[in-house]
Amino acid sequence: MTSARSPHFASRWLQLLSSALVHELRQRLRQPSQLLHPIGFAVLVALLFGFAVGPQPEKLTLVAPAALFIALLLATFLSMELLFSSDFEDGTLDALSASGRELVPILYGKALAFWLAQGLSLLLALPLLMVLLNISVSLAPVLVFTFVMVSLGLSFLGLIGSALTVRLRAGAMLLMLLILPQAVPLLIFSLGAINAAQLGDSTAAPLFYLSAVTLALFVLAPLAAKGVLSQAIGD
Amino acid sequence: MNRLWLYLNQLGSPPNFWRWSGPWMRVSFILALILTSIGLYGGLVLAPLDYLQGETFRIIYIHVPAAVSSMSIFVFMAVQGAAALIWRIKICEIFVVCAAPIGAMFTVLTLVTGMLWGKPTWGTYWTWDARLTSELVLLFLYLGVIALYQSYSDLRAGARAASVLAIIGVVNVPIIHYSVQWWSTLHQGETITLTGSKMHASMLWPLLVMFVASKLYFLGSLLLRARVTLIEQESGKAWVRQALAIDTSEATNKPGQTSVSI
Repeated sequence: MTSARSPHFASRWLQLLSSALVHELRQRLRQPSQLLHPIGFAVLVALLFGFAVGPQPEKLTLVAPAALFIALLLATFLSMELLFSSDFEDGTLDALSASGRELVPILYGKALAFWLAQGLSLLLALPLLMVLLNISVSLAPVLVFTFVMVSLGLSFLGLIGSALTVRLRAGAMLLMLLILPQAVPLLIFSLGAINAAQLGDSTAAPLFYLSAVTLALFVLAPLAAKGVLSQAIGD
Repeated sequence: MNRLWLYLNQLGSPPNFWRWSGPWMRVSFILALILTSIGLYGGLVLAPLDYLQGETFRIIYIHVPAAVSSMSIFVFMAVQGAAALIWRIKICEIFVVCAAPIGAMFTVLTLVTGMLWGKPTWGTYWTWDARLTSELVLLFLYLGVIALYQSYSDLRAGARAASVLAIIGVVNVPIIHYSVQWWSTLHQGETITLTGSKMHASMLWPLLVMFVASKLYFLGSLLLRARVTLIEQESGKAWVRQALAIDTSEATNKPGQTSVSI
């Protein structure tokens, strides 16, 4: 059925996706402070780790990648609750569902915009974090790749989480309680890759697994989020 | 097929559920009690000592049925959640939110008995072994479902959100379990596994009895919780007043007592 109208279907899909993406990106870039806060937060967490571990660099090197990833994970999550809440409050979501447009491409646009703005802006903090946590520069390529993948996966996980909590005022804590356990595979495979790189082993296996998990989220999460949202609007 | 479908729908309608669930609940609680007594007597007294672990192995009669329940209840929640979302059957939503605390209880029981078992046999309460870690993640998945349901003021919307989370969790549980396994084999070469030689029949039968008992307890507990939740959600409707009025009129036969039997 879809194949008969597929050119039209695909173009409409892409159009919806890109307009949602542009709209969302513009909104996010209008408030640069919202992009800077997570960076400050991540650096602060790394700093606290440094203080907590003590002034011996060898000890810090052992936990540094873990500290780095947890800082980035928490910073991503704390900026996530803004994914739908304003759209729900001002009635945009109702208008969207009443307009009869496809929700899925719009959700893709939203998640990708979040990823491009919030997720990738954290990459700016990466050099500083690496210096603070005493991580060797040779690890930079693996770190960048894993972080790009993890933040993409988290953006799509966050899509489900934000959809589930859209009607609630519970906020970031509940979102973390729901989503952090689901993020365990992302964390394990990215740190597996970093550990392998530190030891000089091949990083292929963990990176493939990481990409597989991220891709699965990329495909499935917008569908799940659509189901949740259409219920939240319908009630 | 249509007749079966009609029958199932009637079975799940709140007044009908109220009627049949009471006797079923009582029967499953009683049977669970009897079977637990038999199973525990068989396991703790009759079963022979383990040649390696001695008396300590007897905790298996609590630990393993609880562990199996902790996983199967999550699957049960996801199946009920899917039914609730697809066919909008109210009783399925209630089953999801009522099963979550029971599942969480079984998960805690598994973790606690596992830790108590681990201390004498492995020499430690906790190790970052694949099974232990994924069981802990499972506990947090349960807590997420409970927390999500409780944060909604609209009970039905909360139940539906919890259903979605249960389905997402069930898709993710194998991935989490696999990734944790991959992770622990990467970091620690060998861990002690629980799979030993095949169990002797004298040790096995109490375990099987305990399996059945834990399932019956789950059924009874689920029905009890579902009845309470149903009455809460439906309060003010005619059938509730009717159903409870029958109970109170029975109670008025004894003067000075007005009780509502749930």
